[in-house]
Amino acid sequence: MREVVTLTINHTRVEVPAGTTVLVALLANGIMAVRRSVSGEPRGPLCGIGVCFECRVTINDRPHCQSCQVLCEDGMDVRTE
Amino acid sequence: MRLQRFATEVLVIGAGPAGLAAGYTAVRSGRHAILVDENPAPGGQIWRGEWTTPRSSEAALWFDKVRRAPLTILTGIRVIAEVAERTLLGEDQQTAYEFRYKTLILATGARERFLPFPGWTLPNVMGAGGLQALVKMGFPIRGKRVVVAGTGPLLLAVAAYLRAHGARVLMIAEQAPLSRLLWLGRGLWRFPTKAWQALILRGRLFDVPYRSSCWPLSANGDGRLQSVTLQCGSRTREIPCDYLACGFHLVPNVELALLLRCEVREGCVRVNEFQETSRANIFCAGEPTGIGGVDLALVEGQIAGYAAAGRPEAARALFPQRDRWRRFASRLNRTFALRPELKKLPDAQTIVCRCEDVPRGRLEEYRSWREAKLHTRCGMGPCQGRICGPAVEFLFGWTMESIRPPIFPARVESLIASPEQGESVWR
Ligand SMILES: Cc1cc2nc3c(=O)[nH]c(=O)nc-3n(C[C@H](O)[C@H](O)[C@H](O)COP(=O)(O)OP(=O)(O)OC[C@H]3O[C@@H](n4cnc5c(N)ncnc54)[C@H](O)[C@@H]3O)c2cc1C
Ligand code: FES
Repeated sequence: MREVVTLTINHTRVEVPAGTTVLVALLANGIMAVRRSVSGEPRGPLCGIGVCFECRVTINDRPHCQSCQVLCEDGMDVRTE
Repeated sequence: MRLQRFATEVLVIGAGPAGLAAGYTAVRSGRHAILVDENPAPGGQIWRGEWTTPRSSEAALWFDKVRRAPLTILTGIRVIAEVAERTLLGEDQQTAYEFRYKTLILATGARERFLPFPGWTLPNVMGAGGLQALVKMGFPIRGKRVVVAGTGPLLLAVAAYLRAHGARVLMIAEQAPLSRLLWLGRGLWRFPTKAWQALILRGRLFDVPYRSSCWPLSANGDGRLQSVTLQCGSRTREIPCDYLACGFHLVPNVELALLLRCEVREGCVRVNEFQETSRANIFCAGEPTGIGGVDLALVEGQIAGYAAAGRPEAARALFPQRDRWRRFASRLNRTFALRPELKKLPDAQTIVCRCEDVPRGRLEEYRSWREAKLHTRCGMGPCQGRICGPAVEFLFGWTMESIRPPIFPARVESLIASPEQGESVWR
């Protein structure tokens, strides 16, 4: 397995250790408020285990992916709202 | 969209301790078994992130046994619906999966219970197990100030874990009263391994204050957490911190069981002595049958595995062990029962349903889940009531009686992927 993977978060290239979830990559790069709620509040992860959907982001153009359940891959394109 | 099909004698949903034990026992009894889990790797909650580097000897032991057994483990796949008799549908990022089984074992585990209080929706307020899960997956917590709050044995485990990873744990706020904790402690001599674990944990946390009868009143900050206000006995205290890790014990994941029309009572899947549910050939093991922790999950998983493989006598031999861990679990659950004061935590503006931003005040107008759902959309967002449901039950006494498929938001393509498009992998 490769040691690091490179992906883009909101158009910025970042490197993370292999095996890191997308959510951890976001947090480690200073994005604590991963999304906005229906009334516009900033929200961050709550459950960390794929239940609450507070961590959802767009991955490779697919919206509403739970970033805590997806591992980072080379060339992945991640966008937050 | 691609559709892959699998067929097996024993299908196990969930590769936590219960599911691993069940699958392993079934294949060692000569059955063909497949394990499916939505996490990136096996291990469930307690052994998350440990598949390649186990931290406990118990995890190492089970992972080793499972690796040597002829057991198929499929990870990263979430089971979302039933498509035909004895056939479940799953999906991952790219593919839909159909699983045909003769016998099914549900080992879907538990999640944390969250209770709303002012400020609980701020970023950096997370579940206790939630923050731990992030750190397990590589989130750096070193040097950060963390308050751990809520209730349950998990608070201690989380605090010790975070501390070992360099966090400054400022306090553990446990809502249970001291009298209950002492009662639990006095009974521990009957469970020496647990007493030993408790001592070790306490040792690791020797300089972290553990306050009983203490709970969060509000999380404060503008757009981001700055401090937490706690009720500590008769006093209130405000503690500046970077993270609040807060969870109120656990609730069973019974959605799949509900979908399959297995009887669920008081939030737990009903099983007979062989872990079989109200539906023949569907077994259930671990947290969904009642919160009981890793030891109970492992025994229940083995019993279900033996029973599913048609070896009732081997299953029976494990009953005394299961009784023992059930007694321990019931002591824990009594100790960490929620105090009624917590019902007053959310004010009228406090959001209860985070998916649809429904505040408590709006829910008070209604008399049932159904009514409230219809008028406010409470519980109708993507989490499908998994977070607000247990809170609403505690606050208003309303219970969720049924669930609609798919049990998680799914891609339309998965639901309509037809067999003709699929390649069959009959195993
Ligand atoms: C966030 C969290 C952290 C915890 N941390 C600890 C800890 O550090 N120490 C400790 O002693 N206990 C911990 N626990 C308690 C834990 O419940 C038990 O220790 C133990 O893990 C229970 O084993 P289990 O096999 O019953 O369930 P789990 O370990 O929860 O395993 C259930 C598995 O089922 C999978 N699953 C559920 N639904 C589906 C589906 N529809 N499709 C596919 N897969 C599915 C899940 O991904 C999960 O891997 C934690 C609990 C939670 C919720
Ligand atoms: S943090 Fe809850 S689903 Fe990802």
